[in-house]
Amino acid sequence: MKGNLIFILLSAAGLCCRAQINPDLLKKPAGDTTGLQLNMDAVYKRPFMNLGKTPVAVGGYVEANYQYLNEDGISEGHQFQMRRFTFFLSSAVNKRIRFLSELEFEDGTREISLEFASVDFELASLLNIRGGIIMNPIGAFNQNHDGPKWEFVDRPISATRLLPATWSNAGFGIFGKQYTGNWVYAYEAYLTNGFDDKIISNSGNRTSLPATKENRERFEESFNGIPLFTGKVALRHKKLGELGLSYMGGIYNKFEEDGLTLDKKRSVRTFALDLNTTLAKTGTFINGEWAWLAVDVPETYTEQFGRKQAGGFVDIVQPLLKRRMLDFPDAVLNAALRLEYADFNQGTFSSTGTNIADHVYSIVPAVSWRPSAQTVLRLNYRYQWKTDLLGNPPARTAGFQAGFSTYF
Amino acid sequence: MNKKHLLLLCAIFSLIVVMASCEKIFPPAPADDRLLDGPVADLTGGQNRQFLNGDIAFNDEVFTTETGLGPVFVATSCGSCHAGDGKGHPFSTLIRFTAAKDSTGNTVLDQGPTQLQNRAIPGFLPEQLPRNVPFSKFTPPANTGLGFIDLVPDADLLAMADPDDLNGDGISGAVNWNKIPPYVTIRKNTVVKNGLYICRFGKKGSVYDLLQQTATAYNQDMGITSSFEPVDTYSGLEIDPEVSDKTVNDVVFYLKTLKAPIQRMPGDPEVVKGKAVFIRIGCESCHKQTLTTGTSTIAALSNRQFYPYTDLLLHDMGNALDDGFTEGSAKTSEWKTPALWGLGLSKNSQGGRYFLLHDGRARSIEEAILFHGGEGLKSKTSFQGLGAEEKSSLIHFLESL
Repeated sequence: MKGNLIFILLSAAGLCCRAQINPDLLKKPAGDTTGLQLNMDAVYKRPFMNLGKTPVAVGGYVEANYQYLNEDGISEGHQFQMRRFTFFLSSAVNKRIRFLSELEFEDGTREISLEFASVDFELASLLNIRGGIIMNPIGAFNQNHDGPKWEFVDRPISATRLLPATWSNAGFGIFGKQYTGNWVYAYEAYLTNGFDDKIISNSGNRTSLPATKENRERFEESFNGIPLFTGKVALRHKKLGELGLSYMGGIYNKFEEDGLTLDKKRSVRTFALDLNTTLAKTGTFINGEWAWLAVDVPETYTEQFGRKQAGGFVDIVQPLLKRRMLDFPDAVLNAALRLEYADFNQGTFSSTGTNIADHVYSIVPAVSWRPSAQTVLRLNYRYQWKTDLLGNPPARTAGFQAGFSTYF
Repeated sequence: MNKKHLLLLCAIFSLIVVMASCEKIFPPAPADDRLLDGPVADLTGGQNRQFLNGDIAFNDEVFTTETGLGPVFVATSCGSCHAGDGKGHPFSTLIRFTAAKDSTGNTVLDQGPTQLQNRAIPGFLPEQLPRNVPFSKFTPPANTGLGFIDLVPDADLLAMADPDDLNGDGISGAVNWNKIPPYVTIRKNTVVKNGLYICRFGKKGSVYDLLQQTATAYNQDMGITSSFEPVDTYSGLEIDPEVSDKTVNDVVFYLKTLKAPIQRMPGDPEVVKGKAVFIRIGCESCHKQTLTTGTSTIAALSNRQFYPYTDLLLHDMGNALDDGFTEGSAKTSEWKTPALWGLGLSKNSQGGRYFLLHDGRARSIEEAILFHGGEGLKSKTSFQGLGAEEKSSLIHFLESL
């Protein structure tokens, strides 16, 4: 009876709440999400909708696509994919205390993850404290990964298969930025839970930082008790663009348990360089990122697992038409090109002294149409060469991807 | 929507349709004769399904510490050693050794050969090769056409054997008599001698069938126990199976039904000429072109002629290839005639270079020929006496296989 009463009261409260949500109260601030902010600002610059006069704002994005890919003459046919449905919720607790969160459903409900849920305390412009589930600021893509910002259906290989984007962890840290004339300087530094030994023990049969994402317990428990440090400095000039340097490093293995030594401490170190600029004369947007990874793999383990990895991508986006199209007043038609490369194993075989291959190249020409800055329809053609460990003739993949991504 | 907008939409839609239907912008499938993997023709739907299950277990399943890898091991998956089902690379070469030799130069067989576990998961140490023991390195062989080889009747092998060289041609050829594990299924009309069976798989021809080969590889190469081979290589203790019987059987089926390599350009004049040289200088005495399968429950393999260029027999290959190590009844200088089919495609699975002979020491076909000794000496000498043109034709023929 008591339970029923609570249910009735909650239902009534729910009805009241729903009754209060009048579409007129959802105020959507105008904003161009393709604009030039620092990558670290991406979580703040999302097009949230304020809930009336409450301090709560909601938003999100969705992306879906069709693809037809073919590897060496064999195709899995026509595929329709609901890649992501991401929900943002933020709140200004106080003028200088803010909560931001991002809940993501990938591939339908196959993967549900709380990618970001942190509270920011602003002590000064140069000193903010952030705690909760944070996105480790390694490279630019991990910070600035919302689908509607990109002209390409697939995320960059180097960002998702070398670096583990989207990569977030429970932890704390500080960040800040300083404006000086046309310049802005920024930094971030966090200590979080880190990686685990899936880096070298995974079904991909290669060193893989992303394999650690399978460990959901990292939001609750550090695998080995050693914090992962992630730091980034970024510099931006109003006309020149942005340059970011980032580092992420720590210990990935369980070296002791119950006071007993299991192994020596084994490190993982990651460096990334990112830059983006818009050429004033042509309006061409160039965005790139390169990452270097070093993993202490035991000498007695298999060479299949690389001790060094590297890779990156460069995107070139050229607006072709900016005008009213199909009654969208500020529509833009872009041509774009992505070049990407990832070397999963930069070593040499001890038996032959020859190079270990295990790398992938791809080239992705694209056309995108933005009826508004917050929505993109894109058509990509992908051609990819994937070479195995031994350097045998590459497997070639090619095909089309078409889809949309939009904030809501 | 005005006409202009409609036209734009039609144009975009047409572009997508045209691009999606244009075969030329997709990478073409390599010709069948350029690939070593793929099933034999005419499998049933159910057999194709089992083939695919085995394909996934063989090529995609990677063992980790969580799924039973090691703790000492040689490779993390079947596919690590057999890229594209072709010959392997020195990276995945394994080492087998024995503790001592007996007075005849053969190993102390009752102690059995041991496979060196040269890799280990973190926190464990891999094995070290003991000093002064006979050992051999084994580069992974190609997997293709194994089902055909499995089905050659024992009687056919014995008919080709001439262990005492009674015909005086300088070529003997012997079967490898060995003990077999209790789990193998004895072939119909198999021949038994003093409790020993005729074996045919492995570089020394000491393995009876593909189930033994597969279960042993799971166990010895990856440290994965099964109900067939339940003893952990590290502890020496019997432990729970780490791979199911179904998976092992699927892999065996996959290996049985991998197609035989298809010769490329058999009618090419250079190839025809090279083949004639091959036969003339005596290579075909051991590298028999044609064998025939017996009956099988897999119709696609039953009573078929095939062209492996091997007699599946042991031959003395001379001192240069005598590692002092052996398996079964093979002498230390004896090696099973390797099948030559697929030879020309080996580079595509060995990283663009040849690593031939049992341990990959030969870096070219010519070098492999020149390593022949013992029963192969006469053919090698004949090869050395060939003119450049005939040598080239012979190599051309071998690369067409």
